Order: sequence, then C-alpha cells, then structure tokens
Amino acid sequence: MAIEARNVGKRFGDFVALDDVSLTVGDGALTALLGPSGSGKSTLLRIIAGLETPDTGEVVIGGEDVTSAPARTRGVGFVFQHYAPFKHMNVHDNVAFGLSVRKRPKDEISARVAELLALVRLDGLAARYPSQLSGGQLQRMALARALAVQPQVLLLDEPFGALDAQVRAELRDWLRRLHEEIHVTTIFVTHDQEEAMEVAEQIVVMNHGRIEQAGAPRTLYEAPSNEFVMSFIGPVNRLGDAYVRPHDIQLLADSDGTGTEALVERVVHLGFEVRVELKLSDGRGVWAQVTREEAQLLELQVGQILSVRLPPPRVFV
Amino acid sequence: MLGKGLLGIYLSVLVLLPVAALLAKSSTGGTSSFWRAISSPEAVAAIKLTLIATAIVVVINAVFGTLIAWVLVRDEFPGKSIVNAVIDLPFALPTIVAGVVLLALYGKGSPIGINVAFTRVAVGLALLFVTLPFVVRSVQPVLLELDYSMEEAASSLGAGSGTVLRRIVLPSLAPAIISGVALSFARAVGEFGSLVLITGNLPFKTEVGSVYIFGQIENDNLPAAAAVSVLLLAAALVVLGILSFVSGRLSRHVQ
Amino acid sequence: MSSSEGAVTLSPPTSGRIPRRAPAGDALRSARARKLTLRAIALGYLALLLLTPVAMIFYRTFEHGLAPVWDAITAPNAQSAFWLSIEIVAIAVPLNTVFGIGMALLLERGRFRGKGLLGLVIDLPFAISPVVVGLALVLVYGKTGWFGNWLGEQGFQIIFSVPGMVLATAVVSLPFVARETIPVLRELGTDAEQAAETLGASGWQTFWRVTLPGIRWGVVYGVVLTTARALGEFGAVSIVSGRIEGQTQTLPLYVQDRFENFDSTGAYTAAVVLALLALATLLVMNLLTRRTRRETAA
Repeated sequence: MAIEARNVGKRFGDFVALDDVSLTVGDGALTALLGPSGSGKSTLLRIIAGLETPDTGEVVIGGEDVTSAPARTRGVGFVFQHYAPFKHMNVHDNVAFGLSVRKRPKDEISARVAELLALVRLDGLAARYPSQLSGGQLQRMALARALAVQPQVLLLDEPFGALDAQVRAELRDWLRRLHEEIHVTTIFVTHDQEEAMEVAEQIVVMNHGRIEQAGAPRTLYEAPSNEFVMSFIGPVNRLGDAYVRPHDIQLLADSDGTGTEALVERVVHLGFEVRVELKLSDGRGVWAQVTREEAQLLELQVGQILSVRLPPPRVFV
Repeated sequence: MLGKGLLGIYLSVLVLLPVAALLAKSSTGGTSSFWRAISSPEAVAAIKLTLIATAIVVVINAVFGTLIAWVLVRDEFPGKSIVNAVIDLPFALPTIVAGVVLLALYGKGSPIGINVAFTRVAVGLALLFVTLPFVVRSVQPVLLELDYSMEEAASSLGAGSGTVLRRIVLPSLAPAIISGVALSFARAVGEFGSLVLITGNLPFKTEVGSVYIFGQIENDNLPAAAAVSVLLLAAALVVLGILSFVSGRLSRHVQ
Repeated sequence: MSSSEGAVTLSPPTSGRIPRRAPAGDALRSARARKLTLRAIALGYLALLLLTPVAMIFYRTFEHGLAPVWDAITAPNAQSAFWLSIEIVAIAVPLNTVFGIGMALLLERGRFRGKGLLGLVIDLPFAISPVVVGLALVLVYGKTGWFGNWLGEQGFQIIFSVPGMVLATAVVSLPFVARETIPVLRELGTDAEQAAETLGASGWQTFWRVTLPGIRWGVVYGVVLTTARALGEFGAVSIVSGRIEGQTQTLPLYVQDRFENFDSTGAYTAAVVLALLALATLLVMNLLTRRTRRETAA
C-alpha cells in the first residue's frame, strides 16, 4: 500500500513540529525518516499511524483518505521506540492481542502466533513474560505483535535506538531481510544516518519540521541538495561557504604545484581509517580521511608539511 | 462524555453541593452573625485550643517523625520491618478505636498510673496518635533516595556530623518534613473521633473546634456550626497552601 | 602529583564512592552510641504512643476471660452494628472504586480546562473535618436542607438513614482510589494503550485488557485504604445517622455507645474487632507494596 502525506502541519503549543510536509512512499518500499531530535520525524510517523491528528493536511493510505480515521481502523502495524510490551501478558498473548481483539478462533490464533514467533526467532519463548526478555527479544516480539494482524503498512519508531551496538547491527540486517521476505510498505524513524543508509531503499531527511530532501541513499550522499543534508549524511569540512568531504581531500608527499601546502597537526589512527588534522597555508583547518596504507606511504607525523589537493568544493545557495 | 457527566454528578452530590450549602449556611445572617458565631466565648476557646494544640502537635511530629524515619532508613535492628509496618496503624485504625486505645493505657485505672483523661494533655496525645504517620511517611522515601555520597563528601571535606546534619541532611529533608507537617495540620484541625471519648468534651477546657461544631449541630444551631466549620476549613486550606508553597520553594534546588 | 593524575586517567573508573576516612576508635564509639540513642528514642516514642496502648486493649478485652467477650460479640445490637458497617462498606467502596478510577483516568489522561481544580476537589475531603462533612450533608439532604424536603416528598429519606451514612462514608473515603491510581497510571505511560489501539482494540478493549491490568495493584491498594477508612468512619456518620440503636448504629458508633454506657467489655470487644480489621488492612497493604516493589524491580 502506498502512503501519502499531503501538506501536513502540526503544532504543539508554540512549537512547530511539522510545517507543510508532503511525502509519498511507494507500495512495498522500505523508507527511513532521518533527522535530528525535534525534526518532526516521529510526529510524522505518529500522524500516519493515527496516533496524532494533524492540524492541517491529509494522510492517504492505499488511495484512501484516512486523516480522520482512528488508529485502530487504519491497518497499520506500529513498533514503539521502547517496544510498549503488555507487561502482564506473556509473549504468546502479546503477539496474539490483535487477533484476539478481533475475536478470531483460538486455533487460528495459535497457529498464526507460532508462525510469527518462528519468523522472529522467538519460538520456545512463548510462555515468557516481557520482564524476562532482553532488549533485542522485546524488539522482535513487538515486531511479531505488529505483524500478526497482517498490516498493510509497518511503521517503526527508532526501532533500534535502545539497543546496544552489536544487537543493533544484527537487527538492522535482519529487518532488511524480513522486508525482502514479506514486502510490506515500511517506514522507520531514525536519527542515525549510518542506519538509514544501510537499511533503507529511500531516505527522507527532515529538519525543523520540514523535509530537506528525499531520495535513494546514494543520491543523498552524492548529490545533497543543501548544506544540512550534506553535513547530516556523512562527514564534512566547511571552508567558508563551501563544503568538502574529508575523503575527497588528497594528500601528496611532494608538492607538484597543483596543491596548497598544509601542516599536519594531529594524526588519529582508527584502524583502517586514519584521520589527519591539517592547517592550510591560509590558516584554515580541515581534516582528511585516508587509508592506513596511504598514511604509511606518506609517513604521516605531526609537524610534517604536505601538499593538499582539494576537490571542487560544493557551494549551496 | 457520558463518563465525564457521571463523574461531575458524583462529585457534585458528594463534595460540591455540600460545600456550597455549608458556605451558604455560614453566611445566612450576613457578616455580623458570622462574626457573632465565631466570637462567642465558647467558640473562641474551642478554636484557640484547636489551633494551639495542633501547632504543638505538628512541631512534635516534625521532630519525632523525622527521627523515626531516620531510624527506619539508616539503622538496622531485628524487627525493623514490623516497626515499619505498624507506623501506618493510626491510618488503618478507626478514630474512635484510637480514643479507646489511648484510654486503655492513659485513662482511668491506667496500669502505669497515668491518667490524662479529660485534660488538655489528652487532646495532644490523641492528635499525636492519629497524625503520627504523616511526617514519617513523607520523609522516609526522600531519605531513602538521599545520596549517601553527599554526606560522605561533606565529611571528607572535614565537616563534623553535626554540620553534616545541619548543612546537608536537613535542607534536603525540609520540603518533605514541611509537607508532612501540612498534612498533619489539616488532619489535626479537623480531628474528631479520637477526641470524643478521651477528652470528655468539657467546654472552655478540653472542647476542640470539631467537638464544638458537633455540639452546635446537636443543639440545632446550624448557622453557628457552619460558621465555625468554614473558619476551621479555611484555616486548614490556608496552612496547606502556605506550607505547600514553602515546600515547593525549598525543593526547587534539591530536585 | 602529575604522575598520579596520569594514573587516574588511564585506569577505568572504579566505583563512584568516595572512600571514607577510617574514623578513630573514639569517634566510632560515639557514632555507635549516637545511633543507639536515636534508636531508643524512636522506638520508645512508638512504644508509648502506639504499641503499648494497642496491646493494652487486647489485654483489657480478654482480662475477664472469653465468655464475656463472646456475649459481647453476640449481643443483637453488636451484630446489627457489624452488619450495617459491612453493608455501608459494600455500597460505598465499589462506588468510590469505579469513580476513583474514572477520576484518575480523567486527571492523568484527559486534556481539558480546569483539570487542576478537579484535582483540588477530589482532595478536598482530606482537608475537611469529618464533622464538617456530616454537617454539610445535613445542609443539603437533611429535612431543613436544600433538597431534603423534596427528596422526602419523593419518599427518600437520606439523613438519619442508611443512604446518608453511605454518602458520608463515600465522601470521607473519596480520594484514596484516585490518589493511589494516578501515579501508577503515570508510570504505566500511554505507549501500551496506543499499541493496543494500533492493533485494532476499541477503547473498552484497551481499558479492560491493557490499562486496568497495568494499574491493578494501585487500584487494589486504593481499595484497601478506602475500605479501612469506610469501615472506621465515625464523625461524619455520627452526624448523619441519628445513632438509632440497632438501626443506624455502625460498629464505630456502637463502640462509643457502649463506652458511654459504662459497658467496657462491649466497647473493648467491638474496638478489638475493628482493630483486628485494621491489622488485616496493614498486612494486605504490606503484601501489596512488596508485590509492586518486586514487579517494578523485575
């Protein structure tokens, strides 16, 4: 089911959470809403789910205007940031909830729950209570619960935010594969650009209640339409009005006349990547990203004078 | 919507209408009769006794309540959990039973030879009994949360235990003590059940405000009863308001 | 100095506790003496004010053996007082439970003007003397009150009969359920309720299956407090009941009646029954706090 938000606006008191936002998500797509906190991404997600009502604009799901429809009739699966488990129910009853409020027959429910628990690899834990599960397991239970009612749309609010790094990486990978398997239109909210780049087919960058740019991850990285997107997606050096990616800066041991001179002020080894902080001859500071091999070839050390070749800088107006 | 309406009706029947009727009754004869009602010698004596006894009782509560809370949090001794549990007994015990209980030990035929029945001491004793849990229960959780390392830091900086208590512990507890005192005050000003048996309700001697009101109702002097009621209610609300303001101001920095 | 600083930055942070200076022997002894003194004062105060007097009525009740106690318990007026108390509790407590939960939901989940005022109104009974509650009810529902006459013509007698006593009991025990439920409701948050909604649950289904199970221990705690207060209410009920023996006399009123008629065994026995109910309340309260503490720890 395609999702469309048209000219959606929302205020909380004086705070403008969403300012005339329009967004289209194609059927079956996996989309990330990416932005810093307070950018309006969670509000937009909750408005699509029907958990908040927009002040202005419409929400259309599968061609149907659902703006004034309550959340329970929208056919939306929602996974909450802190999973929102029903603490007094075991895993089975949590996952079965959506089916049991629809008064489906018992054997149908248990068959479906078993199937879902297998899908999220929680089989064998059906009798556990939420307090007995780890963060990653809770996350997967919440996902199974949302999928149980066969939603047309799956919405996830910071799905990996509360997990530690290793579990997070695992779940990202797993979510992408799950999406390939069940192909339900999915939107997830994140403030982590790496996560968005890795998981999503389409990224929508938000800031101050507006959409800055939407597109494929590669497009956003290579052709950012403004300085916010450029600096939010990937590292940048700012030189006056111009922006330069650190890995686009070339370091040369001998001056061949095409570069400018720079003084090495600090060298930070981060495994494969090496960060070099430099002072250009005009006094401006930049940092460059080079590989370990390059660093070895250049015999980098503090106080060294190098020749630096800057790429054509990007300027946004 | 239906729920809100029903709630409104319930609160009106139980609280709003009765309070409105009370205010209306107290002012039926205008200010002069209100004034006459609250300035009759017996009423003045009863109100004075109520306020003075309450003031003494809340001070004792502040001291002993804090001390008991301290012992319950920072001390360890066998039977502590039982002591902790019985603190709430005065809340659970019917007030009339509280009066009987105190009379059994401190009344006529006292096994320890102390008979305070029908004296002003009995008024204080009964009020202390029924308000005992307030300060303890409001200080206890704060003391539990109080960061012990703050006290350790102070003593590592050379502060003696008296200084630590005065400069570190008491300021942190003050808001809780004050809110416990406020609740004790409101309760003590209106207390009735525990007093009727042990004080003998002697006018000008042991008759407190609530007992005076009761007597006026029995004598069918409802305007006078309503006037004194409004006065005591106002006193309770004003003190609650002031103390909760003070406690809020004091806890601004602690939180 | 500089070398030790270097060591600090290199070593992983250990516990945040600042090591305490080892107190000298004298200081240790005096600290211990102080602790014991404080303990003795606190426990002595509790013993004198609370424990000994309560123990005393048990002794007084049974000092002449079991036979007079049995006679006092089976006296017709004692029996009718006991059952009247139970009847009033059985009406007032469920009413206050339902409305208490409703008020808690409204205060914690609702968005409307005058919310602060509603909170004050709910707490008001805690600030009003029971005697004043009784008087205020008489002024509305009594014969000379606002609605008493009209209600009488319709055949309802409120004051000096059971409905008035139920009203009085409901007023004085009004705030407990709401006050105990609100913090639990806040703690529970709205996420689980919203999750239920997105899963297709109606408002009622969400309330019964998610909200109520989530707040049940808070509600039960409030109900226990309400029951204790309702069972023991004296002042307000005393005024609206008319204290007609065998008819509008609750157990607490019966205690006073027996005491003033110099029937100390009767008074002590009824007081002990009430005290036992209070102790049972305490026990339940403690079990509940332990239970919730365990659940929040999990």
